[in-house]
Amino acid sequence: MYYLTHIGHYFIMLKQVLKKPQNWRVFRESLFRELEDLGTKSLGIIAFISFFVGGVIAIQTALNVDSPFIPKYLIGFVTKRSMIIEFAPTFMSVILAGKVGSYIASSIGTMRVTEQIDALEVMGINSLNYLIFPKITATLLFYPLVILLSMFLGIVGGYCAGIITEKFYTEDFLYGLRLDFDPYLVSYAMIKTLVFAFVIATVPAYHGYFVKGGALEVGRASTRAVVWTSIVIILLNYFLTQMLLS
Amino acid sequence: MITVENLQKSFQGIPVLKGISTTFEKGKTNMIIGQSGSGKTVFLKCLLGLHQPESGIIDFDGRHQHKLSIKAQRQLRKEIGMVFQGGALYDSLTVEENVMFPLKMFTSQSYKEMLDRVHVVLNRVNLENITGKFPSELSGGMQKRVAIARAIVMNPRYLFCDEPNSGLDPKTAIVIDNLIQEITKEYDITTVINSHDMNSVMEIGEKIVFLKDGVKAWEGSNKEIFKTENDTVVDFVYSSNLFKKVREISLKETK
Repeated sequence: MYYLTHIGHYFIMLKQVLKKPQNWRVFRESLFRELEDLGTKSLGIIAFISFFVGGVIAIQTALNVDSPFIPKYLIGFVTKRSMIIEFAPTFMSVILAGKVGSYIASSIGTMRVTEQIDALEVMGINSLNYLIFPKITATLLFYPLVILLSMFLGIVGGYCAGIITEKFYTEDFLYGLRLDFDPYLVSYAMIKTLVFAFVIATVPAYHGYFVKGGALEVGRASTRAVVWTSIVIILLNYFLTQMLLS
Repeated sequence: MITVENLQKSFQGIPVLKGISTTFEKGKTNMIIGQSGSGKTVFLKCLLGLHQPESGIIDFDGRHQHKLSIKAQRQLRKEIGMVFQGGALYDSLTVEENVMFPLKMFTSQSYKEMLDRVHVVLNRVNLENITGKFPSELSGGMQKRVAIARAIVMNPRYLFCDEPNSGLDPKTAIVIDNLIQEITKEYDITTVINSHDMNSVMEIGEKIVFLKDGVKAWEGSNKEIFKTENDTVVDFVYSSNLFKKVREISLKETK
């Protein structure tokens, strides 16, 4: 019952959030601010992790391919597939849930406990729409680009790992990359990314917006937001995979 | 003028406001006073529309707050300025952007027009040279003055202030009090201040509503409060030795 109440409140909140902005000029300014806060400021960590995860996938595959009957180009193929269908969209979204989710929950939560949200309401502003809609728009616009970058850097990381460790030939790796390329898998990854982007913007916002109390509660809400965003991403990942790939 | 009739509000079955009726007059500084937990903040939030009362009437110059259409409610809210206890300035915006925010949201003025208006109100609260600073870089008194500037930038008809002096030194508190009173007279607005600072009450309380346990226990002006025989008011207002002395002297002078 407890969880159902929260799910109900979440959808009631969305009804208020997904309305036409009261003022497009203010919305545009907020959107650019969110693109910077939620998007460009996440690029560094995503690039760093993607590069090294790609490298690790390539090395681990190389170390496990002992049999002479298994072709070496499998390393490039596995790195590409892993990055495109799982590591970039899901793994990076969970990382963004931690980084961006805690930021969203704590910033909105702090606005709540310092009466900044009350100040918006008193002015007659739909505070849910004003605060959350630009975040949703920013994540939906920017995260597909972030995930495409993650895919690319992961594959580059795998390639570089081959050069550095000399565990496989770069020619084999490149052949594996080009082998059996299925564009639908990129579409599948993009669909997942868009769904996860929406979750990353809204679940932490829900936890932050309805916080009550002081700094301690804001901290707790922030932690709860990260946990629940990650859980929702993992669950949706399962259902989306079942729906889109099977 | 704001008229309140038989206002009732409870939380989880516990009554907080038990049928308050009063009026807040135009061009005057009206004050709500009372002990912590007496229902002052809930009362103020009901007036602002942040809490929905169970019953009662809140009337803003003939407009019954809870019977207005959404459009009319929005219009009413544009006529309200609010100064929150902690200022409630937007952390991510500079002073200039904070004050400009209501103009951006509700008017179609050009940037230059908005900037001019922002400078007029910042000038009015004696803050001209801090436009580029963020709220975290300001002192408590400055934050309050910026909050006042933001509250009056749209030329409101009603100004609400929640504990405008909390956390301020006595000298700055007097500056804020005088500023609120001057603005009330200058713009001829209905000002409602929620306070338990007795200095403010004595200085600028032209109409005082005293709440006790969710009930209006007394109302009058700052002149009348000296003479009142109401035990609960005397007990609350003259709880400090300084004010006891002030009352004694004042009563002697009257006799």
